[in-house]
Amino acid sequence: MSKRIEVRDLNVFYGSFQAVADVSLTIEPKTVTAFIGPSGCGKSTFLRTLNRMHEVIPGARVEGEVLIDGENLYAPNTDPVEVRRQVGMVFQRPNPFPTMSIRDNVLAGVKLNNKKLSKSESDELVKRSLQGANLWKEVKDRLDKPGSGLSGGQQQRLCIARAIAVAPDVLLMDEPCSALDPISTLAIEDLIDELKNDYTIVIVTHNMQQASRVSDKTAFFNIDGTGLPGRLIEYGDTTTIFERPTVQATEDYISGRFG
Amino acid sequence: MDTDLPATRIRAKQRLGDVLFSGAALAAGILILVALAAVTIFLVAQALPAFTADPADVSKDGRGFWSFVIPLVFGTIWAAALALLFALPLSIGIALFISHYAPRRVALTLGYIVDLLAAVPSVVFGLWGITVLAPAMQPLYSGLVDSLGWIPFFAGPVSGTGRTVLTVAIVLAVMILPIITALSREVFLQTPRLHEEAALALGATRWEMIRMAVLPFGRPGLISATMLGLGRALGETMAVAMVLSPSVIISFALLTSQNPTTIAANIALNFPEASGIGVNVLIATGLILFLITLVVNSLARFIINRRKDFSGAN
Amino acid sequence: MTTLLSTPTPARKLSRGTMWSVLALSVLLSFGFFSLLVLGGASTDFNIVGAVLLAAIIYVALSFVMSRIVEGRRKATDRLATGLVTSAFVVALLPLISLVYTAVSNGLNRFDGDFFNSSMRNVVGQGGGGLHAIIGTLEITAAATLISVPIGIMTAVYLVEYGTGRLSRAITVLVDVMTGIPSIVAGLFAFALFALFFGPGIRFGIGGAVALSVLMIPVVVRSTEEMLKIVPNELREASLALGVPKWATVVKVVLPTAIGGIITGVMIAISRIIGETAPLLIICGMSTSMNYNLFSDRMATLPVFVYTQYSNQGTDTQAYLDRAWTGALVLILIVMVLNILARILSKVLAPKGTR
Repeated sequence: MSKRIEVRDLNVFYGSFQAVADVSLTIEPKTVTAFIGPSGCGKSTFLRTLNRMHEVIPGARVEGEVLIDGENLYAPNTDPVEVRRQVGMVFQRPNPFPTMSIRDNVLAGVKLNNKKLSKSESDELVKRSLQGANLWKEVKDRLDKPGSGLSGGQQQRLCIARAIAVAPDVLLMDEPCSALDPISTLAIEDLIDELKNDYTIVIVTHNMQQASRVSDKTAFFNIDGTGLPGRLIEYGDTTTIFERPTVQATEDYISGRFG
Repeated sequence: MDTDLPATRIRAKQRLGDVLFSGAALAAGILILVALAAVTIFLVAQALPAFTADPADVSKDGRGFWSFVIPLVFGTIWAAALALLFALPLSIGIALFISHYAPRRVALTLGYIVDLLAAVPSVVFGLWGITVLAPAMQPLYSGLVDSLGWIPFFAGPVSGTGRTVLTVAIVLAVMILPIITALSREVFLQTPRLHEEAALALGATRWEMIRMAVLPFGRPGLISATMLGLGRALGETMAVAMVLSPSVIISFALLTSQNPTTIAANIALNFPEASGIGVNVLIATGLILFLITLVVNSLARFIINRRKDFSGAN
Repeated sequence: MTTLLSTPTPARKLSRGTMWSVLALSVLLSFGFFSLLVLGGASTDFNIVGAVLLAAIIYVALSFVMSRIVEGRRKATDRLATGLVTSAFVVALLPLISLVYTAVSNGLNRFDGDFFNSSMRNVVGQGGGGLHAIIGTLEITAAATLISVPIGIMTAVYLVEYGTGRLSRAITVLVDVMTGIPSIVAGLFAFALFALFFGPGIRFGIGGAVALSVLMIPVVVRSTEEMLKIVPNELREASLALGVPKWATVVKVVLPTAIGGIITGVMIAISRIIGETAPLLIICGMSTSMNYNLFSDRMATLPVFVYTQYSNQGTDTQAYLDRAWTGALVLILIVMVLNILARILSKVLAPKGTR
């Protein structure tokens, strides 16, 4: 299930603008890795290159390699659609499909790809995914109600259930709690801790406490100025980054001196 | 069903779906290009004989194509301009009433009622114009000619049926009211609240606020709404064809039985019986109408697009 | 500074009650005047339109003068503007009321079983009906819808989901141009197109459908485009991130989310073209008999039926006029039903609980 991600000399461009420069790092399976850094430093862009979601934006292109268990995502004959089935993603704002019930939202990834499941198989998958997202108990009696009727935190967990229903190897989370209240945030953080047993998780967050609470490793990104590309400044064990950072900029950021 | 197939097969198949679907979308878009090109090419092809034909065949008086067309062009623009003259102040009034005077909840219903006018088919307007409006206006016309006949517009002899260019203009005005109203209402509602509140805070009355904040902000929008309404009036066929008692003349008199007709009405009235070069002549006039409306509508779009650059007012 | 603090002159104001009394007085004066005209024999009917107009003029003038005296110039101008703006609305309502009233009262004369049950075949004078025209209108409108909706929706999909650069800008501009094509020109186009293949005598239903499509496609494109644009990008991303190909994302996520608005737009577009007369007059002609075949021979349609019933009145004029008005009433009813249906559908199909 869980896989290793290796990134080698990755550069991301939007047209002629370089958004991210020379990032190399390795993410171990069954770990939580947090990306932190000031706004506009390229961490979200970089996250999106891990499942080729940046290609949705016209003019975006990538140089370098991203290997998932040794397979390059950017090899010439790799299909981005296949990549995204292996590398799931959860977004900043919860975005359940408004036309679908809770049950259909969970099954969306399977159904939209025209895979046929028997009733019992899909029931099983819905239950397993919602349990995996700690949402089963709250919604099991109203699976046929629209997903958009849930609270924000529940919606976000529904989105996580939807993402894990397609059985990815890696789960990317782009500031998954920034639109949620503290209690829902706590629920998601607990969930991340459990999901770690099965998935490689990468999370972008602006919340330093969150990074230190949930992650095993932390990567700090920064930019030298507007118009310049974002760079990976420091990457290591979360405890090391937060207690004994080796780079001055990291320490400044973590201690709240800027950003 | 295809879960067990090798990954490459799945990949190829999905690519095919994407190619087919985006291809279909592109084809639909291109079809519009082709359709419009076809409209132009076919119209031009069928119109060409009219320009080159022997003048004696083109019109009864034998003076050729242009002497036939120019009165029609005049009539088209004259009727549309008159319609605009009536419709514009009324539309602005209605739009202001809905956007700034009527209570919020009533305003929605009122807007819907005005939209209903837009939904009435033009042939029904024509029928109404000739059976209700024209007879109702005739006494008024007689009075106008009797008392104000010295003004060239109201020169006699008065039409006995009321089927005059003025009646046509009123019907056209009613028909273009909804579009101008709907567009101006939109612009008025977009007036930045801050501007309005600033004006009111200075102690302005409601009318002063509208004059200071709403109208200046909405002016470009109003102009383009007017142009679109004008485009509608220029191309309107049935109401004119049914109401007007037509002749091919240039005259500014509003109330006589000798009225300049419009291109569109002339086509509708004469096409069913036309043959030979007559068909080409009518199609040529249609082409000219197309060009006139194209110019008017393009102007409107140009103004709207230029306005977009400024509309980040708040 | 002290002048600012001095007590302002007490604002004199006309009360609401006063204004209502002025309005009542104006109405009384105006209606009295027109009643006198009738009683005095100067006119035969009570002119309700004139009475309403005169009442409005008296009210606006009276309130302006009174306010000028009591409240001052600025307040008076404000009242004048309010009066004029409100009158504008009332004036615009007059034709609508008159039109609906005439259509209903005249149309009901022949709003009977016969009208919906028979054609005009071999009918001169009384009797006969508009069934052939209703069938023709339904068939031609359905054909135009079948042509326009796929092209319109796919074009909108192209513009919103795929289009970039020059081609998409060109299509946008041309859709605008198409919106402005006068309906009679659309009819001429269809004629010019088919005359090229079938000779200048060509008249058939499908030609009308093509002409109406030229008018309908831009409306469908515009409304669908608007609807697709308000589908949040997040939904597209969510679907793509699940490993769903782009075409499936558009077909199964984007379009279903926007379907309510798209259907509403299509209904409005249908209600616009169903009353079109001019293009059909040119390419479909007129017929007095039933013709179910879109691909051959002249075909009657409801708007053209109304027009010919009026323009070719036979010996029994009233019978023709009655049929014309009944046809008009049926048209108005169809358009109204389409509009109301569109409104209901857009409410029912709107995605629930969206943020």
